[in-house]
Amino acid sequence: MRVLVDLNRCLSYGQCVFAAPSVFRFHGAESLEYDYAPGRALAEEVRHAAAACPVQAITYAEEPSGE
Amino acid sequence: MSSPAAPGRVVIVGASLAGLRAAETLRREGFRGELTLIGDEPHEPYDRPPLSKQVLAGRASPAHTALVRAPDLEATWLLGEPAAALDPHTRTVTLAGGREIGYDRLLIATGTRARPWPAAEEAALDGVFTLRGRDDAERLRAALAAGPRRVLVIGGGFTGSEIASVCRELGLPVTLAERGPAPLSGALGAAAGSVAARMQRAHGVDLRANTTVMALEGDGSGRLRAAYLSDGDVVEVDVAVVALGAVRNTEWLAGSGLAADARGVVCDAACRAFDADAVVTDDVYVAGDVARWPHPHYDGLLLAVEHWDNAVRQAETAAANLLREPPAPLRPHRGLPAFWSYQFGVNIKSVGLPTIADEVVVTQGAVADGRFVAAYGRQGRTVAAVAVDSPRWLPAYAGFVAANLPFPPDLHASDAPDPLRPVPAGLALDDRATHSPTAAVTGDGPTASDRSTHRDPRSPLTAPPL
Repeated sequence: MRVLVDLNRCLSYGQCVFAAPSVFRFHGAESLEYDYAPGRALAEEVRHAAAACPVQAITYAEEPSGE
Repeated sequence: MSSPAAPGRVVIVGASLAGLRAAETLRREGFRGELTLIGDEPHEPYDRPPLSKQVLAGRASPAHTALVRAPDLEATWLLGEPAAALDPHTRTVTLAGGREIGYDRLLIATGTRARPWPAAEEAALDGVFTLRGRDDAERLRAALAAGPRRVLVIGGGFTGSEIASVCRELGLPVTLAERGPAPLSGALGAAAGSVAARMQRAHGVDLRANTTVMALEGDGSGRLRAAYLSDGDVVEVDVAVVALGAVRNTEWLAGSGLAADARGVVCDAACRAFDADAVVTDDVYVAGDVARWPHPHYDGLLLAVEHWDNAVRQAETAAANLLREPPAPLRPHRGLPAFWSYQFGVNIKSVGLPTIADEVVVTQGAVADGRFVAAYGRQGRTVAAVAVDSPRWLPAYAGFVAANLPFPPDLHASDAPDPLRPVPAGLALDDRATHSPTAAVTGDGPTASDRSTHRDPRSPLTAPPL
């Protein structure tokens, strides 16, 4: 799947790190990093992370869209 | 929106963040016609910010930063071949290989590329890099992973500073040369730049401020060997990264009659391109890094903004206006510039336009603690704010800037220094920084000129050694 975080909107609340620790992490105290292309097995965690984000900065697509 | 007058064919030149978001907006707003995206890179749209951060550090693959995109775009993607010409009278885009693509409405989102090192034979040395695209990141990452003796970063803007930060994370010795008084001084001013300078030195960067790189030297087999600095020093390096800011991709518009030059393409606040006679067009639109537009919050001066957030929002506005049929109103693009950077373990976020400020003041936290917010003022009004490891305070400051509140802002914050001590921001530097600010005023009217205002990055501000 694909994940994208609007890091302009992100305020580093860190709820995504709790919900999906193998996809989202902090590098330093306030700098969010994440996996842009996590495996499908992590879809449930990513959905929870996106729902938990207080500023709704996370978008995702279950399938990579090929054209 | 699918009225009889709606355009049948929309062509978007530029297939990165702005181009993709414009295409998605067109479909979301009901456009059912032919949609074509033209991109010079062979890759599908990907995210650039991580390239100078986790990708370079080896924590993410360059191939794994593709952007999330709408699944039902039904677009024709012409990738790997740049547009070479535009004829707005016949409404034709010509690709580099000669193929002609007709349109009813056009969106220009060709963005920028890395400014190259001015001496071509030195730039061609093995070991000299720029960083803008995915392929650049792949090459530079491999060079850093090979364990060079020392890396030289030329230019201390955001990209150059982020690259120096990654080098230190990887344990590589790094020298950063910046003509201005401090790193980030072109974008945030010399006062804030002094904080960046201390941070870089604390992390082991050999920082050479007020210094330029005058020449790069190769060995007999064309491999970079050394760099000659304007402070008289010769530094032995295996890798040099040229981080001199961006060049707008407007050459393909020469002869089109649009108000396009090295500063960008001028459009109005509805993203409609101006022609060189300062007449606004109704079928050519502009968005993203390549655009210059009059911002109502900044006295209508033409802004050029190389920020992720601006690319997204300007593309959305341009696409909605492109489909609009009178008497529906045009949407203005008037959001405040905003960006983020990660370097040396801290998160730096900004809102507003620091480059026009005359004063800066720490309003919350303390520089010594590594967590603070600074507000920027111009003639007694708050025009921007920068937050270091304090992102959650910034939305409030965006409100202060939008409302033109007095400077220094009266916050009553429990963590505010008492008293507040405004200092000169140190921004009236007239292109002295080696890097270019990523958001700046670029003039006051729609013109096209062939003047190049960029100073040669090798020229120091003081006399070089003979």
